[in-house]
Amino acid sequence: MEDFIAIIRLLDATLRLSAPLILCAMAGLISERAGVIDIGLEGKLLASAFASAAVASLTGSPWLGLLTAIGVAMALGALHGFACITHRGEQIISGVAINIVASGLTVVLGIAIFAEGGQTPILGRTERFGPVDLPLSETLSEVPVLGPIYAELISGHTVPVYLALLAVPLIWWMLYRTTFGLRLRAVGEMPAAIDSAGVSVTWLRYRAVILAGLLCGIAGAYLSTAHGAGFVREMSAGKGFIALAAMIFGNWRPVPVLLACLLFGFLEASAARLQGVDLPLIGPAPVEIILVLPYVVTVILLAGFFGKSIPPKALGTPYVKER
Amino acid sequence: MTTLPRWADLGLIPLLNLSLAFLVSGLVVAAIGEDPIKAITVMIQGAFVYDGSLGYTLYYTTNFIFTGLAVSVAYKAMLFNIGGEGQAYLGGLGAVIVCLALDSILPAILLIPLAIAGAALFGALWALIPGWLQAYRGSHIVITTIMFNFIAAGMMVSLLGGPLQRVGQSSPQTRNIGEAGQLPFIHDIGRAMGFEATTTPLNLAFPLALLACLGVWVLIWRTRWGYALRALGHSQPAAVYAGIPAQRMIVVAMLISGALAGCMAVNEILGAQHKMVLNFTAGYGFTGIAVALMGRTHPVGIILAALLFGAIYQGGAELNFEFRTITREMVLLIQGLIILFSGALALMFVPWLGRALRRG
Amino acid sequence: MTPAIRMQGITKRFGAVIANDAVDLTVKPGSIHGVIGENGAGKSTLMSVLYGFYGADAGTIEVEGEAVTIASSADAIALGIGMVHQHFMLVQTFTVLENVMLGAEGGPMLAQGMEENRQELERLSQNYGLTVDPDALVGDLPVGVQQRVEIIKALRRGARVLILDEPTGVLTPEETEGLFQILRGLASEGVSILLITHKLNEIMAVTDQVSVMRGGKMVAHRETAVTSGSELAALMVGREVSLTREPAVASQGAPALDAKDMTWRDNNGVVRLQDVSLTLYGGEVLGVAGVSGNGQSELLNVLSGIEPMQEGELTIGNRRIVSADPAGPAEMRKLGLAHVPEDRHHRGLVLPFEARENAVLGYHHGPGTGEGRLISPAALTSHCTRLMNGFDVRPPDPMLRSAGFSGGNQQKLILAREIEAAPKILLIGQPTRGVDIGAIEFINDRIEELKAQGCAILLVSVELEEIFALSDRIAVMNEGRIEGVVRRTEADTATIGRLMAGVTGESAA
Repeated sequence: MEDFIAIIRLLDATLRLSAPLILCAMAGLISERAGVIDIGLEGKLLASAFASAAVASLTGSPWLGLLTAIGVAMALGALHGFACITHRGEQIISGVAINIVASGLTVVLGIAIFAEGGQTPILGRTERFGPVDLPLSETLSEVPVLGPIYAELISGHTVPVYLALLAVPLIWWMLYRTTFGLRLRAVGEMPAAIDSAGVSVTWLRYRAVILAGLLCGIAGAYLSTAHGAGFVREMSAGKGFIALAAMIFGNWRPVPVLLACLLFGFLEASAARLQGVDLPLIGPAPVEIILVLPYVVTVILLAGFFGKSIPPKALGTPYVKER
Repeated sequence: MTTLPRWADLGLIPLLNLSLAFLVSGLVVAAIGEDPIKAITVMIQGAFVYDGSLGYTLYYTTNFIFTGLAVSVAYKAMLFNIGGEGQAYLGGLGAVIVCLALDSILPAILLIPLAIAGAALFGALWALIPGWLQAYRGSHIVITTIMFNFIAAGMMVSLLGGPLQRVGQSSPQTRNIGEAGQLPFIHDIGRAMGFEATTTPLNLAFPLALLACLGVWVLIWRTRWGYALRALGHSQPAAVYAGIPAQRMIVVAMLISGALAGCMAVNEILGAQHKMVLNFTAGYGFTGIAVALMGRTHPVGIILAALLFGAIYQGGAELNFEFRTITREMVLLIQGLIILFSGALALMFVPWLGRALRRG
Repeated sequence: MTPAIRMQGITKRFGAVIANDAVDLTVKPGSIHGVIGENGAGKSTLMSVLYGFYGADAGTIEVEGEAVTIASSADAIALGIGMVHQHFMLVQTFTVLENVMLGAEGGPMLAQGMEENRQELERLSQNYGLTVDPDALVGDLPVGVQQRVEIIKALRRGARVLILDEPTGVLTPEETEGLFQILRGLASEGVSILLITHKLNEIMAVTDQVSVMRGGKMVAHRETAVTSGSELAALMVGREVSLTREPAVASQGAPALDAKDMTWRDNNGVVRLQDVSLTLYGGEVLGVAGVSGNGQSELLNVLSGIEPMQEGELTIGNRRIVSADPAGPAEMRKLGLAHVPEDRHHRGLVLPFEARENAVLGYHHGPGTGEGRLISPAALTSHCTRLMNGFDVRPPDPMLRSAGFSGGNQQKLILAREIEAAPKILLIGQPTRGVDIGAIEFINDRIEELKAQGCAILLVSVELEEIFALSDRIAVMNEGRIEGVVRRTEADTATIGRLMAGVTGESAA
């Protein structure tokens, strides 16, 4: 029974750690399926984490924080679009620039506004998203096996976690069941087909990068106003890149990407649990190795030693009309 | 496609992009209620005027020359190596392993070249895998080098918290390397020659970096290998037609790129710090991207751009002392904006300027 | 009868180049109208103006009698103009149905329009004989079928005018005949068709009217029934075609290159070369004729070492090249083989390089870069100057970036580089593509000279006239095979045409 509870707790932590990965990976997926490389996930995540914590702290409302975070990330998405779509700049350079600008600007503004060395003040209960208790979780928690699963694992998360889980089917539906999705996938494969069909490549891609910003914004708000209680410098800590890895690992498809995010989240959760634990035969748990596993498996996948990653065909190439 | 005269392309466009980056940074400074003019004055004084400031500026410049060259050599083959950070980190490991193992046995004259070779070798090896994967397995080098940065960081946390950790210390760093492994400081050399010199971290790695620039220039523009590399970077089909072995070139270019990034550790570890601490690379590898872009991947341009960034870093550190609300993260902002304007938006002004020049 | 399309005074400039100069074009409804001209005559630009890719600088367009402005392809589609591009605008990972729907989905949800599109697709398939499986992945379909999908796409969007840009370049002869039948069917249903091509036989075979373009101008309109191929050819080039140039008499030497049973597959496993055997002798020109895309490019790539040998063998001198012991382009050069590639922008030159750097492309380990360990800029310049003087490359500036030369001068620089290497074997692909008339004569003369010096020359060209003017023997390729080899003296266009279409019969030599 104790083991069972431990497993539930581990899975619960997995879900909490996966949520920002899922949102960012879905953001990357939308952008890249439209043909625009998104190295800037990390920067958008960091900037929106700061924006939401700052606004939540100043206004006392996590919801206003969330909205600001979304606004900031969408603006960065639009900036990426301005560089890569309008001016056909190098998509990777633009992403790197956004990451570095975000890591500088968040601290500069943080110090200017709060004078706490780049952090925001610690947010009180009402200034952040609290756990949402799903109906009947109290009553059902007594039911053996399913009760704890429902009460501990499924219920009791913050709003952004549920948004992340909701985002996956929504994006799947959008990609494969709507006209917008069909066009989005087409513009990442063969933009000329979209152009000759009389649909604007530019506007489609802009919508994709801005939509990616929206999802990153929710992820950022989650980091600083739901998972954490305030912003600390560099709090995105590479999560944007892990999400990028998960997106590649899941082959740019929503459901496999979700599974990759859960796997990477699980690795992070286990590393946290194993910190300082002696394992039989191995000795001290190799926490650092577990933490870099997402990167290692992604490299191995990219090398094509197992499975095959097939990116969208037009990924990374700006669209220029043929003469 | 509009083409500009050479002076506009090499002079005016970078200047415009740079001004725009500083303008936006100035607006941010103004927005947080400080005086941008005062800020830039402080930065310039901090970088060049105050006693010892030039030494610090050139010390940072040394790092940026190495990482900027690293990005440039790979870029000549159209490879985007954003793994300079990890390669420099591994370079540090190479240098420090050599020193820790041999600093009680070998004299400086043998140990230092060996440690430099160790830095270059480890940096090269860390770039070899992404390079090989790109050449022979078609894995996107940008993604693999990013992943390798994180893998390097993770590895270093375990090494510096474990086998390499200084005995009896809780902070993640190695013991100090012996004097045989330390590159002389410029101020020591100056004093030995009878000059008065302020103590700064500037050391012999700086002339070494300038030599590396010369070496890269010769390699790219005067050797047959460099010719082949440039042909490959401009047009892969033409390179194949010319009998240039594309895959082997890619691997070798990445090896050289990684070795140059690894040499950044020579300045930090053999030159300035004399030990390896966690995160000693401090983002210099990423700054190399900005340096390479600003310097148009040409050694002369890289020296100028590295000097600019050296000044921004040193001047930026000075901001901490003069302003309550501006910290050295301002430097990151400026750096990011420079990458944005002179990299991603590099061509924004070209059509406009082309028209203006034709009219005028 | 109101014309389907009337374009008047269309002018379009790109910088200093006038691509279309006051061009007029009138298309009758329900007719097949050919627009013919050499590469660069302005056909594609004109069609791009009609399809809304470019706005014209001057001129008017009427569609079915109504004056219109076409600012985008969306406008063109709305006016009932459809286009089948030379490179298909198809998403390879989508099904046929998804491709047909794209841009005409019928609402924000795919489900809404899916059924309607499927029915429409099936109706169009039946009415016009455009058989295709709606649920097949486009990437899995043969090229001819993909083209059908393109036609269906245009019709689905209500096209009453259909533009086809060089539609047969990628088709087999059977597929071409199939396409022509489809076009005739469409025309009889009232669809007006604009067929853009540089192939005379297609114009004669399928069109009702033909318009000829040359150098950005419209030079003639004819009823196909009352014109002839040679009249059109004369109009295209602006002078009588010199089918009269005769190759210099060859004194055939020893075998220089011997290929035996070479079979080669591309990355998708499609057979591009099938049991190709040929022998090339010193002092002769062997012309390789065929519709483009029948294995000629692959033949050049395999012979020059760009693509590795798979099956069969190749012998040059004492060197026997097989898949287990391949030779790359560098070794081929050492064996005395030089190669003027088909695509000079893509392969033959590094466009951002200075002319003097391109003058040693492939030979950068040779004397052109100087003797020392490092490249000598002075040696580069003097080497390049010598090439430029010998081949009259203009402007004779070794420091000029190669992109700054005209097509003809770029080609002359490449020829100079390859010929100056004093090769024993020279492979030449499309030597005069996009090259002006004056330069053509010059290039042909150089090839003759080289032949006289005993070099073995393999000439690949889609221009039959060029093949006839230079070759001692003519090999004809079709679907990756050599259908036959004929002596120039025994060959006529009819025989070669039959071989090109894959009708094998009495082949000689």
